[in-house]
Amino acid sequence: MSELLNVSGVTLRYKTPGLLVTATERVSFQVNTSDRFVLLGPSGCGKSTLLKAVGGYLHPSEGTIAIKGKTVTEPGADRMMVFQEFDQLLPWRTVLENVMFPLEVARKMGAAEARAKAEHYIEKVNLTRALNAYPHTLSGGMKQRVAIARGMAMEPDILLMDEPFAALDALTRRTCQDELLQLWEETKFTVMFVTHSIAEAIKIGNRILLLSPHPGRVKAEIADVDKVSSLDGTAGRLEKTIHDLLFADEPGH
Amino acid sequence: MSDIVNIGPARITMRRESEAAGTEVERRLSAIELIWQSGTVRKTLIIIVLAILWEAYGRYLDNPLSFPTFTDTVRALWERTLDGTIPARAWTSVKVLVMGYAAGVVLAAVITIAAINTRIGTDFLEVMTAMFSPLPAIALLPLALIWFGLGNGSLVFILIHSVMWALALNTHSGFRAVSQTLRMVGRNYGLKGLPYVFRILVPAAFPEILTGLKIGWAFAWRTLIAAELVFGVSSGQGGLGWFVFENRNLLQIPEVFAGLLTVIIIGLIVENLIFKTIERKTVLKWGMQN
Repeated sequence: MSELLNVSGVTLRYKTPGLLVTATERVSFQVNTSDRFVLLGPSGCGKSTLLKAVGGYLHPSEGTIAIKGKTVTEPGADRMMVFQEFDQLLPWRTVLENVMFPLEVARKMGAAEARAKAEHYIEKVNLTRALNAYPHTLSGGMKQRVAIARGMAMEPDILLMDEPFAALDALTRRTCQDELLQLWEETKFTVMFVTHSIAEAIKIGNRILLLSPHPGRVKAEIADVDKVSSLDGTAGRLEKTIHDLLFADEPGH
Repeated sequence: MSDIVNIGPARITMRRESEAAGTEVERRLSAIELIWQSGTVRKTLIIIVLAILWEAYGRYLDNPLSFPTFTDTVRALWERTLDGTIPARAWTSVKVLVMGYAAGVVLAAVITIAAINTRIGTDFLEVMTAMFSPLPAIALLPLALIWFGLGNGSLVFILIHSVMWALALNTHSGFRAVSQTLRMVGRNYGLKGLPYVFRILVPAAFPEILTGLKIGWAFAWRTLIAAELVFGVSSGQGGLGWFVFENRNLLQIPEVFAGLLTVIIIGLIVENLIFKTIERKTVLKWGMQN
């Protein structure tokens, strides 16, 4: 396993009217090829901000972010984002056109090649029947699956997912998680996944980075998460331990 | 009838009740209900009722010099259409309108694109729209006549003024309302500059842009007809406003009404045919407006 993404000593600050907020402080971690790397923490730990910085939307005020040895300076199609919001699909394009669009503008593919690739990945997320539907006719879960297909069709170095299933109902969320894992089994893509759900982190990830809030600092890193199992109770114990770690400092726990 | 599956202490009872349901789930609407569903039918009915009222009032008044009947107006409209006067006058007006409208749209696009990229551009746009959008375009006509003389130049100038600010204001607020997520998606694809504007911002703000285009059109059409009432003859051929003015001087009131009716009809055609079609093929299809 080779190192793909290197985040070292990253401090992120952003301005709100009248305040300079430190979102994360000196966060370091490495993501290897084919990792399912989960950023986990309560709200205010800067996990989404960190993901956006890897996406190139924010510049660290300290430290560096490098992908394949190249420092990240701006957004690019080598790091495809999947957002939490349902409005991330372009409403004026059909499902197929939404998946084809970045292939054409960022990968400079011809229409036929882009179409073939887009259809292939739409089939992988089981949405072939909705190929020519406009996004507003889709359910929330379908929209998120299109966004995942769009990200994967680009075959990026890393797929950045910002709580993609957080706005879904519980049943759809489970289906989507299973599908994501199935897709990973097939293509072993590298993914960085932000969530605030401990159960989701354990289900999705093989590595988890635990962040503490205000400002976001690395609290712990958990490896081989995919080796725990709900059958022998190790998953439940891990969940309990993570919960205790995250809320250890809070009064009332 | 039922299968029961025991899972530990829990019990699952399978039911089969899907057959034999006598309730009416769907029923076709009757012909009258279907016809009444159509907005066009209802609106046509309103127009017919209005025409009947007009005719009745005109006959009751019996004074064609101040209020001709509906039939007199339609006859005047028919005769003047057949002899080619009204189509020629309408064409003159529409030609000038299209010139002014197109120039206004291009200028609005230029200042809006300048405005989104720089803060000073935004300030400029805000100051200019705040100043000029309350100013009726027709109020600039006397000045325009001094600058551009009696002719299409003056008309185009005031038309640009009537279209540009409304459209720029709407487009700009549309751009600003584009969600942060869509912006990040566009930048994720490496789009920047003009490709970013035309492939992300313009379609995402299209409902507002279309509203701006509609408001601009309505302003422009009114302004043009009003301006033609002041002067309408250029290169020997006046527009519809001039037709109305001319016939009033000749006391041919049914012709005046016919001219006004033509102004209304053209307005309705543009609104209901052109803009409605654009709406149906874009924002309605995309689910960006209901």
